[in-house]
Amino acid sequence: MKITGKEVRYVADLANLKLSAEEIARLSKDLDEILTHIDTLNELDTSNVQPMAQVLYDAGETATLREDSEIPPLGNAIALANAPLAGAGYFKVPRVIAKVNE
Amino acid sequence: MTSAISSGITSLTADQVRQGLAAREFSAVELTQSALEFAQAENPKTNAYLHFSPERALEAAARVDRKIAAGEDAGPLAGVPIAVKDVIVTKGVLTTCGSRLLERYIPPYDATAVIRLEQAGGIILGKTNCDEFAMGSSNENSAFGPVKNPAAPDRVSGGSSGGSAAAVAQGTAVLALGSDTGGSIRQPASFCGVVGVTPTYGRVSRYGLVAFASSLDHIGPLARTVSDSARLLQTIAGRDPNDSTSAFAPVPDYLRALDGQVKGVKIGLPKEYFEGLASETGDLIAKGVEKLRALGCQIREISLPATKYAVACYYIIATAEASSNLARYDGVRYTTRAQAETLSDMYRSTRGAGFGAECKRRIMLGTYVLSHGYYDAYYLKAQKVRALIAADFRKAFAEVDAIVAPVSPFPAFKIGEKIDDPLAMYLSDIYTITGDLAGIPCMSVPCGKTAAGLPVGMQILTQHFDETGMLRLADAFEKAGGFAG
Repeated sequence: MKITGKEVRYVADLANLKLSAEEIARLSKDLDEILTHIDTLNELDTSNVQPMAQVLYDAGETATLREDSEIPPLGNAIALANAPLAGAGYFKVPRVIAKVNE
Repeated sequence: MTSAISSGITSLTADQVRQGLAAREFSAVELTQSALEFAQAENPKTNAYLHFSPERALEAAARVDRKIAAGEDAGPLAGVPIAVKDVIVTKGVLTTCGSRLLERYIPPYDATAVIRLEQAGGIILGKTNCDEFAMGSSNENSAFGPVKNPAAPDRVSGGSSGGSAAAVAQGTAVLALGSDTGGSIRQPASFCGVVGVTPTYGRVSRYGLVAFASSLDHIGPLARTVSDSARLLQTIAGRDPNDSTSAFAPVPDYLRALDGQVKGVKIGLPKEYFEGLASETGDLIAKGVEKLRALGCQIREISLPATKYAVACYYIIATAEASSNLARYDGVRYTTRAQAETLSDMYRSTRGAGFGAECKRRIMLGTYVLSHGYYDAYYLKAQKVRALIAADFRKAFAEVDAIVAPVSPFPAFKIGEKIDDPLAMYLSDIYTITGDLAGIPCMSVPCGKTAAGLPVGMQILTQHFDETGMLRLADAFEKAGGFAG
C-alpha cells in the first residue's frame, strides 16, 4: 500500500475537505493506484536534470513592469457581490475569536 | 429567418457570415436571433450549452449592424455566433465552471479573450458545459450532466471542453473557445470531429480563465474548419498586461499562412505514440499520414523516449497546481457556503459538499504530493521529468518541422464506460498531455470516421510559436482530405 486510510484523512485535513467514510475508502484505493503508477518515474535517473518550473519566457526581466498609472478598481460593492454573506463592506464568516468570559 | 441562414446554419463559416453581412443577405441581429433560437431548440440533444446570453448577444449584434450601416469595418468575426467554455469569465453572465460551488457565480469582469473576440465583432451566444473546473476527459465530471456526442448520443463528447466541441460539431455555434491543460481542447475536438487548437503556452492571455494548473493552462479555439480556427486565434492571441505569462512574441498573420505550401515539410512520427495503436484509430491516422505524403511532405520516424512517463509527470504537476488554485473555494467569496459553527468547519463542509468526486481526487493527490516530506520525491521529480519531455521535443524539432500523432487511443466511448477507473482515464491522455507539458502548439484536425461513424482526429505539433506551420499543414490536409465536416 502506498497510502493508508489514516494518511488520506490527514491529507483531507490539509486540503480542508470534509469527506465521508465511503469517500475515504474510495480515495484510498484510487490514490494508491495512481501513486503506484507514479512510481514508474523512479526508473528515470534525473540527478543531472534541472527542474522545469515554467515553459518559456521570451522577454527581459523588466518587460512585465508597467507605468505606475491609476487603474480604477472594481470597488467594494462589486467585489462583495458574490459573497455568500457580507456586511459593512466586509466578507462575513463564522466567529473566529471568542470573548474570554463567554 | 432568411433562407441563407435557415438552410445552412449548421455548416456556416466565419467567412460566409462576413460575406452574408456584406451582401446584406441578413443582419447581425437576424443571424443572432436565428442562431439563438436554433441553439436553444437543439441543445437538449447534447447538453452542450449550460446557459445562453441572449441579451448580451443581441447587444453585440446591434453594435455590428450599426458599424456596417455606418460603413465601418465591423471586425474579422463580425456577427459570428460563438460559444464560450464556462471556465472563462463573462461579466454579468453566469460562469459555473461546471461546478455546484459556482452555480450562482456572476463574474464582475470579462476575460481578455472574451473582450478581444467581442471587439472583433464576435457574438457570444452562451456558455458551454465542461468537466468541473476543466478536470476530466469525458465531460462526465460536470455537475450539470454530461455532454452527449453529436455523432452518437450514447457516447461522451470528450473533455474537458466537451460542450464547446459538441456545439461546433452540432452547428449550434460557428466557433467556440475552449481551454486545454492536458488535452482538453484536442481530445473533445477529435471525439466530435471538429478542429481544436492548443496554442503555444503564453500565446493567448489566460486573464479571466478560471485557474486549474497555471503552468499548463491554455485558451484556444474550436471550429469546423482550420481557417476559422486561425481567424479566432488571430483575434485572441498576443500580449496582455493582465496576464504576466502572456508572450511578447509578435502575432503573425495566420490566415495568410494558409497557402497550401507544404511540399518538402519534414514530418516526424514518434514511434512511442504508434506502439500498440493497432486499431481503427491507428488505421485512420496511417491513412492521414499517407495523405500528407501525397502532398509532398517527407515522413520519417522519430523517438520521444520520455513519453511513457508523461502521464505520471502530468498528474503530479497538474494536481499540485490545482490543489493550490482550488483552495480559494472556501465558502467566503464565491456564492456557495455550507452552514457551520466554526470557520474551519465552514471551509471543510463547503468544499466537501461542493466539489465533485474528480475534483476531490485531484485536490487530494495534489495536496499529498506537496505535503511535508514528499515534495522532492514527487513534485521536484516531476519537474525534472517535465524537462526531459520538453528536451525530447527540442531534439525532435532539430530534425523535423512538425510531429504527427494520434490525439486519443480510441474514439468517443460510451457514457459511463470508464468513469469508475480514474487511472485508465488518466492513461488515455498520454498523446495530448506531452504537448501541454512542453508548452508547444498542437492541434487536432478531423481525420475521418470509424466504421461506426465515430470521428477520429489527427494531432499536429510544432515548435514554440510555430502556429503558422501547424495551421498551414492542417489546412492543406483538410483541403486534400475533405475530412472537415
